Amino acid sequence: MKLILSQEQEFLKETAASFAKEKAPISHLRALRDSNDDRCWDESIWQEMVQLGWSGILIPEEYGGSNFGLAGISTVMQELGKTLCPSPLFATAILGSSVINVLGNNEQKDKFLTQIADGSITMALAIDEGSHHNPLNISLEAQKKDKTWLLNGSKVFVIDGASADFLILIARTSGAPGDSIGLTAFIVESNKKGITINQVPTADSRNYANIEINNLKLSDESVLGEIDSVFDSIEKILDLGRIAIAAEMLGNAEEAFEITLNYLKERKQFGVHIGSFQALQHRAAKMFCEIELTKSAVIAAMHAADENSNQQERLASLAKFQAGETLHQVSNEAIQMHGGIGVTDEYDIGFYLKRARVAEQIFGSSNFHKNRYATISGY
Amino acid sequence: MDNLENFRKEVADWLENNCPPSMKTPLVPEEEVWGGRDAEYINPESKLWLDRMGEKGWTAPAIPKEYGGGGLSSDEIKVLNQELLKIGARPALNSFGIWMLAPVIMEFGSEAQKIEHIPKIIKGKIRWCQGYSEPGSGSDLASLSTKAEDMGDYYLVNGQKVWTSYADMADWIFALVRTGPKEPKHSGISFLLIDMADPGVSTKTITLISGKSPFCETFFDNVKVPKENLIGEENQGWTIAKKLLQHERNFISNFGLAAGGGGSSGLKGVVGTAKKYLGEEDGRIADPSFRSKVATHKMKEHAFGLTLQRSGDEGAKASAASSIFKYYGTEHNKDRYELMIEAMGNKAIVWDGDQAEESEKDVTRAWLRTKANSIEGGTSEIQLNVIAKRVLDLPS
Repeated sequence: MKLILSQEQEFLKETAASFAKEKAPISHLRALRDSNDDRCWDESIWQEMVQLGWSGILIPEEYGGSNFGLAGISTVMQELGKTLCPSPLFATAILGSSVINVLGNNEQKDKFLTQIADGSITMALAIDEGSHHNPLNISLEAQKKDKTWLLNGSKVFVIDGASADFLILIARTSGAPGDSIGLTAFIVESNKKGITINQVPTADSRNYANIEINNLKLSDESVLGEIDSVFDSIEKILDLGRIAIAAEMLGNAEEAFEITLNYLKERKQFGVHIGSFQALQHRAAKMFCEIELTKSAVIAAMHAADENSNQQERLASLAKFQAGETLHQVSNEAIQMHGGIGVTDEYDIGFYLKRARVAEQIFGSSNFHKNRYATISGY
Repeated sequence: MDNLENFRKEVADWLENNCPPSMKTPLVPEEEVWGGRDAEYINPESKLWLDRMGEKGWTAPAIPKEYGGGGLSSDEIKVLNQELLKIGARPALNSFGIWMLAPVIMEFGSEAQKIEHIPKIIKGKIRWCQGYSEPGSGSDLASLSTKAEDMGDYYLVNGQKVWTSYADMADWIFALVRTGPKEPKHSGISFLLIDMADPGVSTKTITLISGKSPFCETFFDNVKVPKENLIGEENQGWTIAKKLLQHERNFISNFGLAAGGGGSSGLKGVVGTAKKYLGEEDGRIADPSFRSKVATHKMKEHAFGLTLQRSGDEGAKASAASSIFKYYGTEHNKDRYELMIEAMGNKAIVWDGDQAEESEKDVTRAWLRTKANSIEGGTSEIQLNVIAKRVLDLPS
C-alpha cells in the first residue's frame, strides 16, 4: 500500500478543490446561515455535485455509480472541508449508499442506489441515542406482531435528519442495550406516521435532528439485511464514515492553518509582522507537524478501506483520533493567533472552530477512538 | 518484478551461507560493531560478519560498486533489508562514516577522495567521528572559530571541538574549520578531513548525566592537515555541513519508531513495560489513566511511522514532511522513556547494585540518554525555526 493518491484520485481532488473555491466558498455557508434556511444546504449546489458524479462514487456501476472508492470520495470531503461546504454528500452518498449496498437486497439496491446516484433522494442514518457516540447502546425497540413491525424509541444527533427523504433506523429486535447481537436495520420514508422530527440548530449551522418514534408501523419490505445481525456491517460502514469525516476535518485544519499563516504574514504590531515572533513561529511549526501526521493517517486509512485490509478498523480509529486532536489544536490556535478579529462573527475563522467541535464528536470523539485503538491493539 | 524476486532469492541464499549463527541472535551492547583501526571483537563472528558484508558492499548498499558499495537500486535495498530483518540479522556495521560522511564525499568529493576514503568506510577499516560543535558554537554553529591557516601545501589547525561522538575511539574526524576569518560567518567555513593519529590531536571524554561517556572534547594544537583533505571548495564548507546535517537528522529521526523500545533490556517497549509493572486486566493495562497515555503515545508513533513511509512514497515531493522528522522523532523518543520509567515506578530509580535487574537499570540510563536526542544534531527549537522559516515561509 503506497501512501499517495493515484492519478485519477489526484484529478478528482483538483476538481473538488476548484469546485469548493468557485461554487461554495466560505461565503456560501455564511449566506445559508444568515438566510435561516431550515435545510442548511443548497439544492442547486448539491445537484451540481450529482452532475460531477460524486453522489455515485461509492455506488456500483450497474446502479448508475462509478464505484470509485472511499479514497476518491474522501478527497472530495477533504476539499469541501476547506470551505466548510455543507451538502448531503456524507449522510447520503457515503453512509446511505453504503448501508443499502452492503445490507440491501437486489430490489432495494435497484430502487434506492439508482435514486441516490441520480440525485433524486437523500438519506440519513440514525444510530446514536445518548449524549456520546455508542453504536451498541441502542434501545429503539422493534417488535414484530403478525406481519407488522412496531417501532418505539428515539434517536439523537441524526446528521441531515431534518431534511432527508429516507431514514435508516438501527433498532433493537432482541437483547439489551450494549449487546452486539439483536440489531436490525430499517429504511423508512421520513414523513411516515409515527415519526416526529425535531430539528436541532447547531453551532456549525448544519442539519441535525432528534427523532421520536411512536408506534411506527413497518412491513418486512422495510428491513435491510438480516434480522438481529447487522452490527458488524454497520460498524464497518461507520468506519467508512469515520475515515471520510477525518478527511473533511483534515481539510478544515489545513485551511484554518493556511488562513492563520497568511494573517501572521500580514498583521503588523510593534512595527513588524507578528509572524516574525518566535513564540508564534514554534506553535505554527508544531501545528504543521500534526497536520502532516494527520495526512498520513487519513491516506493510510482510506486506502486500507478500499483494499478491504484487516487494518481498516485500527486505521479508521487512528485517522479519526489524529484528525480530532489536530483540528482541536489548530482551531483553537487559529482564533488565538488572530487576536480580537478572530472572535468577531464578521471574520470567517470562527466558522472553522464551530465546525471543528461538531465534527470532533461525529462517530466517536478522540477519546472514544483512543480507547478503541488500544483495545484492538491488545492493551 | 521477476528480477526483484530473483534478487530476493540470491540474497536469501547468500545470507544462509554467510551470516554466522550468533549474528542472528539479539544484539548485546558489548558486541556492537563500529569498525576502525583499533577495533576489538569480543565475538569473532562479528568480525567475520563485518568482513563478509563489507566485501559484498552491503554495509552501504546504495553506493556504486566501483567505490566498494553494493550498487543496489532502492527496490533492491528494500529487499535486502527485508531479508536481513527476516533472519533477525544484527547490523554488520554501525558507522557515522556510512550514515553521514559517505553521502557528502560522494556528492562533493573529488574522484581521488572517493577512491581513498569510501571503500575504507564501507569495509569498516576506518572509524569516523564528527567535529562540528564548539564550546562557543552550539545552536549558532556557523559562529565556529577553530581555525585552519593556509600554509601553502597544508592547513595549520588550532582550536577545540565538543560533543564529538566516540572521538576517543575514532581514527579520523570530519570537521568544520574557519578558513576565511574576514568573510561573513557562513562564507568562511571549510569542510576538512583530519587523521586523528596526526601530532597535535587529543581527546578527552565527557561524562553525561546517564553516567556514560559517548561524547568527547577534541583539541587541535598546531595540527598540519594536507590540502588534499579539503572536501569541496575552500570557504564553501557550510553548504556541505548543511547537507550532512540532513543525513544526520534523518538518521536520528528513526529513534521515533518503536524498534528501539526497550533497547536490549528485554522489556518490550512502553506497552510491555506498562503491563509488567502496572498489571493487566482483561488484556488491558490495569491503570486506565496510564493506559490512556500509552494509547496516545502509540497512536502518535503509528501516525509518525506512516509519515516516514509517506515521505518515502512521495519521493522528490517529500521535502516538506521530512523537515519534521528530527523534531518529532526525538521528542517522541523522550516521551517513550518518560512513560517507561513512570510505569516502572521505584524500579526505575535504581542507579547501581543488585536491587534492580540489569534490564531495569538499562532503561534508567537510556532515559537519561534520550534527553540529548532533542539537543544533538540541532535542537528541537532549531528544527522548529527551520520549519517556520523554510517550510512555512514566516518572516525573520
